[in-house]
Amino acid sequence: MALNAPTGSRVRERRQALGLRQAEVARAAGISASYLNLIEHNRRRVAGEVLARLASALGIEALALEEGAEGALAETLRAAAGETEGLAELDRLEEFIGRYPGWAQVTAGLHRRAGQLEQAVAALNDRLAHDPHLSLALHEVLSAVSSVRSTAAILAETEDIEPDWRARFHANLHHDSERLATGAEALVAYLDGSDSESAAGLATPQEELDDWLAARGWHLPELEEGASDLSGPDLSGLATAAARSLAAGWLAEMRRDAQTLPLAAMQAALAACGPDPLRIAARTGANVLAVMRRLALLPGAEAGLVICDASGALLFRKPAPGFAPPRSGAACALWPLYAALARPMTPSAARIEMAGRNGLRLQAFAWGEASYPQGLGGVELRQAAMMVTPIGRGETTEIRVGASCRICPLSDCPARREPSIVTDRPDLRG
Amino acid sequence: MRQVSADSFPQKAIHGPHQGRIATVGHHAMLIEDEPNIAEAIRFLLGREGWRVTTLGDGLAAEAEVRAARPDIVILDLMLPGRSGLEILTALRADPVTAALPVMMLTARGQGRDREAAEQAGADLFMAKPFSNAEFVAAARALVGV
Repeated sequence: MALNAPTGSRVRERRQALGLRQAEVARAAGISASYLNLIEHNRRRVAGEVLARLASALGIEALALEEGAEGALAETLRAAAGETEGLAELDRLEEFIGRYPGWAQVTAGLHRRAGQLEQAVAALNDRLAHDPHLSLALHEVLSAVSSVRSTAAILAETEDIEPDWRARFHANLHHDSERLATGAEALVAYLDGSDSESAAGLATPQEELDDWLAARGWHLPELEEGASDLSGPDLSGLATAAARSLAAGWLAEMRRDAQTLPLAAMQAALAACGPDPLRIAARTGANVLAVMRRLALLPGAEAGLVICDASGALLFRKPAPGFAPPRSGAACALWPLYAALARPMTPSAARIEMAGRNGLRLQAFAWGEASYPQGLGGVELRQAAMMVTPIGRGETTEIRVGASCRICPLSDCPARREPSIVTDRPDLRG
Repeated sequence: MRQVSADSFPQKAIHGPHQGRIATVGHHAMLIEDEPNIAEAIRFLLGREGWRVTTLGDGLAAEAEVRAARPDIVILDLMLPGRSGLEILTALRADPVTAALPVMMLTARGQGRDREAAEQAGADLFMAKPFSNAEFVAAARALVGV
C-alpha cells in the first residue's frame, strides 16, 4: 500500500464536513479519541479493519478514504515528476497533495494539458510532414518567392542592366507573381477549412466526412426505405468539393446497404441472431461487410467501425467509447482488422484492451474480402472492416492494442514501428 | 532535357555595384535546377562575375553531364524532376572523378530530413530558398576558392 499519510487528513476532512466531533466518530469506530487524533494528523497509519470501521462511521467507502480523488491525482503527478528527471521529491508526493491540494491540482492539470498539446503538435507536425497537398503548395510558393527575390534584387541593384535582360527579368517577375497569387490562393483555400477544426487543425476530406457523419449521429434516415425526401442528405455542410465527392460515394453505398438490409429486417435479424455479423449475413443473404456497416451505423449504435483498403489505409473511422482511431496516418498493426485483411473470408475476433491509462476493453470482430471490379485479368482490391463493441472491465482480454504508435504507451510492443511521444522512457521519445 | 549555355552572356554587365571588382573569368558552374526563372537569375548573377554557367533542367542526365563537362562547381537543387538532387549528389560522391567536386545544394522545403541526408551524402554547402543574391554569390565564390 502506498504511504497513507493523507488518508488521515481525509478522515479529518470528512468528519468536519459532517460536523461530527472526534469523540463521536472514535466511539462509532471503536477506537480511542486520542488514537483518532493521531490518525487524523497522519501520525499513525490506518488500514484494514480500523479504516473500514472509520469509513462506515463516516458513511463513506474505505477506498475513497484510502485513495480519494487523489489516487488519480497522485498518478498524474508521478507522471509529471517522471518527465523532470528527479527534480521532484517523489517521496513527499502524498504530503504535497495533502498540504497543497490546490497547487497539486494545478500541477496535474498543467501536466495533462501539456500532454494534450504534445499530441496536437505531433498531429500537426505529421500533417505538415506528410500532407502532399500542403507540401506541394508550399514548395510552389517558395520557388516563386525565391525567383521573385533574386530577380527583383537584380533589377533593383544593377544600375546599367542591359535592356534585353531587363525585359526578360520583368517578364519573369510578372510570371512569378501570377504563380504566387495562384499558389497563395490555393494555400488559403486549403488552410481555410481549419477554422472550424479543433486543435488538430487542417482536415483532410476523409476527416471532414467523418466529422460530418459524426455530427449526424452516424445514421442518415434520408437513406432508409420509405424516406419522404428522395433527394438524399444535404451535402452543403461539407466545405470542400473533395469531401462532397467522397460523401457521395459513401452515401451511395449506404443507400445500397439500406436497400439490401432494411431497418425492419435488420431489427428482426438482430433479435434472432444477436449482433453476430456472420449469422446475420447467413440469415439475410447479405454481404458480411454490408452487415457490419449496417450494424455499426444503426440509429444509436454504440459500436465503432473502421474500414481499410489493401494498403491498410483507413477509409472510414467511427469511434466508440474508449476506441479512437487515429485521424491521420497508420493505425495499430495489432488490430484484428489487419489480420482480416491478410486472410480474406476468415473472421478475426478478439477481446482487446486499449493501451493507456483507462484501458477500456472491447470486443473486436474483423472481416476482409477481395473484389475484382475489372473482372478476370483485372486488379484485385481488398477491403477489411473491424467492428468494436465495449465490454465490461471485468472481462478478460486477449491482446493489448493502441490507436497508433505515436500516441501509444506500450513500450515493449513487438509491432512498434516508431517511437511514441507518450512513453515514459526518454530514450524512446520521438 | 533543357540545356542553356551562358556563353552569350553580355560581359558589359560587370559594372554597377560590382564596379572595381576583378572578375574571375573562366570558372564554370553547372546549375541543375528545374525552375527556369531561378536558373536565369543565377546565370545572370554568376555571369556578372565572369563565370560560365550551364543549366540543366532535370536530374536524369545530370550525372553524365557533370562527368563530361568537369565544371568547377555544381549547384544542385534538392527537389528535381526525374532524379532527386540527393541521388545525384550520392552518385557524384561515389565516382572518384567527381568525388571532390564542390557541390552547393539549393533547398526549398522544410530542410530537416532532406538536408540531414544531403549533409551525410557530402554536400559542401546549403543555400535555402529564397536566398539573397549577395550571399549566394559569396558562397559560390568561396566554394571555388576565390
